[in-house]
Amino acid sequence: MTASLTQCGGAAGTPVDAARSAALLEVRDLRQHFPVRDVWGRRTGWVRALDEVSFAVRPGETLGIVGESGCGKSTLAKSLMGIHPAMGGEIRFEGRDVSRLSSSERRAFAPRLQYVYQDPGASLDPRWKVRRSLHEPLVIHTQLDRPAREERVQRILQAVGLPKTHLDLYPHELSGGQQRRVGLARILTLQPTMVILDEPTSGLDVSVQATVLKLFASLQREFSLTYMFISHDLSVVRMMCDRLGVMYLGRIVEIGDTRSVFERPQHPYTRSLLAAIPQIGGARITDSFALEGEPPDPQDLPSGCRFRTRCPLARERCAQVDPALREVDARLVACEVVGTGDESCPEY
Amino acid sequence: MSEAVRELPSGETLLAVRDLRVSFATEQGRARVLDGVNFDIGRGEVVGLVGESGCGKTTLARAILGVLPANAARIDAGSILFRGEPLLTLAPEFVADTIRGRRITFIPQDPFASFNPLFRVAGQIDELMKWKSPRAEAGRRRGLSALFAGYPRARRATDRASVLALLRKVQIPQPETAIAKLPHEFSGGQRQRLMIAMSLLPDPDLIIADEPTTALDVTIQAQILKLLRALVKERGISVLFTTHDMGTAHEICDRITVMYAGQEMETAPTCEFFARPAHPYTAKLLESLPRPGRDLRNIQEIGGEIPALIDPPGGCRFHPRCDRASALCARERPPPRTLGPGHAVRCHHPLFAPDRQ
Repeated sequence: MTASLTQCGGAAGTPVDAARSAALLEVRDLRQHFPVRDVWGRRTGWVRALDEVSFAVRPGETLGIVGESGCGKSTLAKSLMGIHPAMGGEIRFEGRDVSRLSSSERRAFAPRLQYVYQDPGASLDPRWKVRRSLHEPLVIHTQLDRPAREERVQRILQAVGLPKTHLDLYPHELSGGQQRRVGLARILTLQPTMVILDEPTSGLDVSVQATVLKLFASLQREFSLTYMFISHDLSVVRMMCDRLGVMYLGRIVEIGDTRSVFERPQHPYTRSLLAAIPQIGGARITDSFALEGEPPDPQDLPSGCRFRTRCPLARERCAQVDPALREVDARLVACEVVGTGDESCPEY
Repeated sequence: MSEAVRELPSGETLLAVRDLRVSFATEQGRARVLDGVNFDIGRGEVVGLVGESGCGKTTLARAILGVLPANAARIDAGSILFRGEPLLTLAPEFVADTIRGRRITFIPQDPFASFNPLFRVAGQIDELMKWKSPRAEAGRRRGLSALFAGYPRARRATDRASVLALLRKVQIPQPETAIAKLPHEFSGGQRQRLMIAMSLLPDPDLIIADEPTTALDVTIQAQILKLLRALVKERGISVLFTTHDMGTAHEICDRITVMYAGQEMETAPTCEFFARPAHPYTAKLLESLPRPGRDLRNIQEIGGEIPALIDPPGGCRFHPRCDRASALCARERPPPRTLGPGHAVRCHHPLFAPDRQ
């Protein structure tokens, strides 16, 4: 696992040690299992939500995490935020292990690692004016006096594209899009270095989505932010992310440069996932789409590789070995078959 | 699928919506949710109804089904002709007995909410087949007699055989044992397969599918779209497919109609819709889509916001956000203008003029 981790930081052949030491966030063998209990409270099994998840995020980049529902992408985000304390493995943020900290210890770095919910506007208190909502994080986390806070709040408000006059409005007086901007401003007042965006565009109409994505990009430039962009929408991820991790049932199955993952997907699951995106203006993908079946029950995973029950490349050995990430085509892939010259399959 | 299938079916019109106006009572006043909508579906044709949230696509689908909320919605004007019959003026009991659930069926967005969680799937399918099987007689008893009505023994076995055959078609593994399960024991994709089967069982002419794949993952969505299209094409059934996702519409539709704020803006065969949009709104919508090869700089935002339908802009409702708008657009709603076979636009200043060949 250690060998693959070093490659993880050094995808596309950059010097491994430099990339590792430069990582802003480094996750190593993160494990998160949730007990399943019957009505009497007896444990009847485990849901293995995350297993041996390892990756690194470099400063200034956007790392995309994609996967279908139940693949563990939100559990991953919540583990990073300390909402679920890690059951195993390590989360290093700015070089320090933050996976098992008390809440007072977390407070020291919490401002610099922020989390954006699906609709950041919904987290505003309806009885507070925008000004109070924007001042609150600064009151909690900094020693700034009122004029200094006000100055910072106004600067951030301008950056998210709202006029100063909006400070004296209540959330219900704003449109949904403006509420969203205030929600983002609230996070940015603390000057985070890294922001986790959890499904930030789901439920948005496409024309609004374009505006929101452009806002994310301009804020990233202005405040030199590092993003982790969690989404199930592959076309958005393709546009927004420098690197991309694909998850399937609690594991990262492929991680690498976004462009090369889209152009030459290696893992059989990534290939199926990309083959399922409708290509507007092209042929119907449903004419050629071949993936059968549905993901197995996360309480009762197949032995070995978790994708083998649906995999067109599955071999006998896939039932025995749970594949670790290894380097294939300048990225990391968790598959025993691809890149070994044993890929004969009528469906590819 | 060959290009021939993509062309408009030459069959007759199955459903014609003419100048339909629907308003809803709200606390702030009457919201004019559909404003003079014209809309056609040919026999055997899959028509997509796309647009952003609040554009009226679900209201139109519900108006055709005849299930608008009676306490709030009012049909102010217009007509809906289904196989030549005026749905809005027929007796509601007649529509309920002979058309809804028989000739026109429905696939919901959330299949879980449409099953009763307390009963096994087999019983719920039996209840459907008892009344809506193609072999069931048209009249329906009401009140107590309906409650105690038995399932005629004569067609029970034939009905059950056709149910199992169809479940096999929608790829439910071991349908004989599967239907004895409760709805929550199926995955989301399996439940949607069951819903598709149930919408096909009465042997309808038209299926109304309201965002049926929105709640599904992308690989399951691809499977379901492939299945649905194959089944309806094989049987010659028409589909009205509402979605906000252009990719989904591209996958399944023969023709696409785009709506904005309660008005239909443009309708075109799928290829043409994406390749040569004529309405400025369609063009902007397509330019805002993330696509391969596009980066953030060249996707477009549409300036302004969707209008409130209580006091909507006059004329073409898109004119305040349109860069081609003139004074005429604010005064008068443009009439439909034909640009080619199956391609019509309602715009005073379309991006290209009608072909004159």
